[in-house]
Amino acid sequence: MIVSKQWENWMGGIAAQNKLAARGNRLGDEGRTVKANNVVINGPFAEIKEMLGGYSIIRAESIEEATEMAKGCPVLELGGTVEVRDIIAMS
Amino acid sequence: MCRAEAFLLMQEKELIPYLYRTEFRKITAVLCRSLGIEHISIAEDLVGDTFLLAAETWGLKGVPQNPAAWLYTVAKNKAKDLLKRNTLFFQKISPEIQYAADDKHEIEIDLSVKNIQDSQLQMMFAICYPGIPPEAQIGLSLRILCSFSIDEIADAFLTNKETINKRLYRAKEKLKQDNVKIEFPSESEIDKRIGNVLTTVYLLFNEGYYSSNNNAVLRKDLCLEAMRLTHMLTENETTDKPAVNALLALMCFHASRFEARVGSNGELILYEDQDTSLWNRELILQGERYLNKASTGNYLSKYHWEAAIAYWHTITDNETEKWEKILSLYNQLLMMEYSPIAALNRTYALSKIYGNKEAIIEAEKLKLDNNHLYHCLLGELYSNVDLKKAINHLQHALKLSRVAADKKVIKNKISKLAKLKNV
Repeated sequence: MIVSKQWENWMGGIAAQNKLAARGNRLGDEGRTVKANNVVINGPFAEIKEMLGGYSIIRAESIEEATEMAKGCPVLELGGTVEVRDIIAMS
Repeated sequence: MCRAEAFLLMQEKELIPYLYRTEFRKITAVLCRSLGIEHISIAEDLVGDTFLLAAETWGLKGVPQNPAAWLYTVAKNKAKDLLKRNTLFFQKISPEIQYAADDKHEIEIDLSVKNIQDSQLQMMFAICYPGIPPEAQIGLSLRILCSFSIDEIADAFLTNKETINKRLYRAKEKLKQDNVKIEFPSESEIDKRIGNVLTTVYLLFNEGYYSSNNNAVLRKDLCLEAMRLTHMLTENETTDKPAVNALLALMCFHASRFEARVGSNGELILYEDQDTSLWNRELILQGERYLNKASTGNYLSKYHWEAAIAYWHTITDNETEKWEKILSLYNQLLMMEYSPIAALNRTYALSKIYGNKEAIIEAEKLKLDNNHLYHCLLGELYSNVDLKKAINHLQHALKLSRVAADKKVIKNKISKLAKLKNV
């Protein structure tokens, strides 16, 4: 509950700057990883311990600005990390 | 003149403006629908003539027993005459209708309650056409759907008659050019089309609620007309959508503060300073009813969020829960659709829970330097943190503000803070 309130305030703050492009989705813990030759492994990223929890798309002038915004993500307080990536626009 | 006569005349003087307000729009909508979108002006003229005739005849012969029915009959006959033989007809009416009339086809002019309602709703869809600019949509709505005179519309927009006449003329030409139909949208299209209608009535309401006009009576009138139009949409099964009810709820909650937000000298009283006993309980209850009615279906419009925010503003007995809810709802609203005003209000709600210092950090990220409300907010937030900065922001706001009522509020704030600073 607390986390969801923090998360909402964080996202709300980004949206208030008109920088939220898409609120994205939270990901569940069920998944499959498909490899070549019909190899299917239970769960995402079975070999590494981290699991992607969700994503959002924001607007920023630079990777630095986006990184600043990521610093407010509540997952950091729970020992999680935030990966900031740029999107290559489809032409 | 004996006293009885004077009384009668006075009655008639009040009666005609009253009927003009209530009946002009009904007859005009029906005539527009019968004559087609390209003849809005002819319909207006016909109904205008009918009222002129009423003023002349009723003064001499007395008011008929059923004045509205008299107007309907006269307008109907005038329209039929026009269609049959008036020279205007040959100059202006399209060949198809000429053909229809030549062919002895009776053009139907049906002034039944049902057809009046339907015609008005269909005109609403035609007028709220995104191809014409918003201010023209509002102007035309006021004229055709709300019986406002050109003078009244000019007053509402703080401009002159010529500007309004030109604006409405261009809008009518555009409706004609694009061949906009006066009809109900199909079931599959209604949700999309109703969005345009709601935007227009919402703007009309805001024009009254936030406008720069000093005439409080006129402004309230604009709000009430917007509410009447929205209410009309809820009365028809096809248009009684959740988003419509949400918008009406929003309007009721805002309107509940009409009496509390204007001081004895016509000055604006801010929400925080209002006497809550002046809030209209009946309107709040009505708002709650419409909000409940809006809670169906599986789509939440922005009006749902805004109505929920407005609902929490009517709560007076739990400040903490109230501001937490308001902040949360503004977060949701902003994630759905950004607007500067929502961003500012969110930050204000945030200050109520996390304090001014925290809110200042958030506020300064908004970068709305050209918005006077942005500087008002920062002035407010800094007022117990840094008086000098607070006053600077308010002075900046004063420079940017163009509305007399707002300027007054800002000036008052500045002088209050200046006194504190000198202590």
